[in-house]
Amino acid sequence: MNLSRTTLLVVPVVGFLLIFFFVPMIWFASLAVREVEVPRALPQTVAALRDWKPGQTPPTVVFDALASDLKTARSSGTLAEAAHRINYEVPGVRSLLLRAGRTVARAPAETTFDAAYFTSIDPLLTSDAFLSVVKRAGGGISDYYILSSLDLQRTTDGAIAQAPAENRLYLDVLARTIKIAATVTLCCLLMGFPVAVLLTTVSEKAADWLMILVLLPFWTSLLVRTTAWVVLLQREGLINSLLMKIGVISEPLAMIYNRTGVIIAMTHVLLPFMILPLYGAVRAIPPGYMRAAASLGARPLTAFIRIYLPLAAPGIAAGSLMVFILSLGYYITPSLVGGASDQMLSYFVATYTTGTGNWGLASALGLLLLASTFLLYLVAHRLSGGRAISLS
Amino acid sequence: MQPWKIVYRIACGAVLVFLLLPILAVIPLSFSSSGFLSYPLPGLSLRWYETVLTSGRWLDAFINSLKIGLSATALALLLGTMASFGLARRRGFVVGAIKLLALTPMIVPIVMIAVALYFFLAPLQLTNSFAGMVIAHTVIAIPFVVIPVLAAVEQLDPNLARAAAACGARPLTAFFRVTLPSILPAVASGALFAFAASFDDVVIALFIAGPDQRTLPREMFSSLRETITPELTAVATIMMVFSTFLFMLMRYMQRRRRRLINVAAQGFVSA
Repeated sequence: MNLSRTTLLVVPVVGFLLIFFFVPMIWFASLAVREVEVPRALPQTVAALRDWKPGQTPPTVVFDALASDLKTARSSGTLAEAAHRINYEVPGVRSLLLRAGRTVARAPAETTFDAAYFTSIDPLLTSDAFLSVVKRAGGGISDYYILSSLDLQRTTDGAIAQAPAENRLYLDVLARTIKIAATVTLCCLLMGFPVAVLLTTVSEKAADWLMILVLLPFWTSLLVRTTAWVVLLQREGLINSLLMKIGVISEPLAMIYNRTGVIIAMTHVLLPFMILPLYGAVRAIPPGYMRAAASLGARPLTAFIRIYLPLAAPGIAAGSLMVFILSLGYYITPSLVGGASDQMLSYFVATYTTGTGNWGLASALGLLLLASTFLLYLVAHRLSGGRAISLS
Repeated sequence: MQPWKIVYRIACGAVLVFLLLPILAVIPLSFSSSGFLSYPLPGLSLRWYETVLTSGRWLDAFINSLKIGLSATALALLLGTMASFGLARRRGFVVGAIKLLALTPMIVPIVMIAVALYFFLAPLQLTNSFAGMVIAHTVIAIPFVVIPVLAAVEQLDPNLARAAAACGARPLTAFFRVTLPSILPAVASGALFAFAASFDDVVIALFIAGPDQRTLPREMFSSLRETITPELTAVATIMMVFSTFLFMLMRYMQRRRRRLINVAAQGFVSA
């Protein structure tokens, strides 16, 4: 096959994925560092602040520029977005800027717009805190969203510091995401390993049937399985009514819309993803090794820990990492069977895209999720000898 | 049998029950004559199926899901199979990069793909459109085609095509009569996975599909957010039957594929 024909065959898929996957991903990622609103609305102010540093008295030309920017931005409708953006860092400035825009637009023609004029509207407008944010957010690119996603912020003089305690949220979300993913992985491993081993010890025909039992849920729609868990776990659900009927409990247990529900439902969805690679790994262990260990005097438990587990270790690691990676990105299951404090990183990416519309933060949190996923994927790829992705 | 072995078997049985029972427990509820989701059933009826099949909501969503799934599968099959022939048995940095590009949609968290495409398709007026859904689902379906088909093409004996040519077949004839039949099981299994990926997707549908492109999983998602009715268990049961059908088809394909490989291997040994 010559080169040109090969190229022709590959070009469509490459083109399609570049346009509809790679470019959108890069563009979305770029939102994490791009600053659009302030340069668009306050270009002259940003230019006038170029040589200013926090602590210095801002030159009068800054306020002249601010007045002119406010007038233009107000009439072109870009002021609200910029005010919204600055408000992330200087709370309260949003309504203030909109008010300043109105005041400036109504001012008589001969008014001098200087520091005193804006101080009379509100001292915040001439403060270092406000001006330094305009300067940083006016540069086209900033690390504000990335820092926010790590619960960090820049102080007025530009140093990186921890965000105030009431604004710290995302490291917590990251820790929660990792904790849920780790718990689900552990549950899957503890439940999946015995079944994977069982599949290797029974006859081929029995293994075939057992495999069907494992794969049938795997093929069942995620929504169907979530429906099933809601029916089972809810307050008036099957499990609660059964337990109350046989008298084990007198009050219904809260098993859904909390962490328990999330862990149960996610383990159920991801268990087959653990059993399949584990089965592949333990099937390759020659049964003779265990017999040899036994004939050399090892008790079953010793032989299992010293011989079987080390041989199964690469499969255990690959399966666990795969489940861990998949659970990191979970969104649908936690949002349907979890409570407010069980939502993972994906939920915040989705919410900031649609709801309140903080796209920069959505992008920065997405990058956090993506970075953790890829890092773990590389580890899984290494451990499995380049076969981390496979379909059975 | 030793006691620990009995305990072990029971533990394994419990895991399998955990996997299957929740799904199976839903089925009888869908035949209940009452609106409560509890056992014992007060009586049997098909009223919930009647509601599901006569109200346009579920049927429209199902047909729409089917249309999107089939279109995305067809597009992913075309792109993925072509690429597999281009990439098979080739090494090098560019080939490695292309393989990585084709497989990444499987690793990237789905919410990222959904959000990124939402931003990208909105200015093109492709959100809330059939085309937008097909494009987005094709992106996530491509890896499911490339993985099995690429593997099958790499296992293909290049002498087969040469033999066909030597027997006078033109390249296109050789491709359709010799090459394609031998990779067909892999193509079919890729198609099933691709279709399942599309048919099961909610996240992309939540972002890209507007009010005009309701899909079945999306409808189920919004019903689950409200209150659960037996109507939903009837939908779930119908979907279960559908996915079991897909699963059986998959097993049939895989068995066929294994048999073909075995036949090829025996041919090799006897030669």
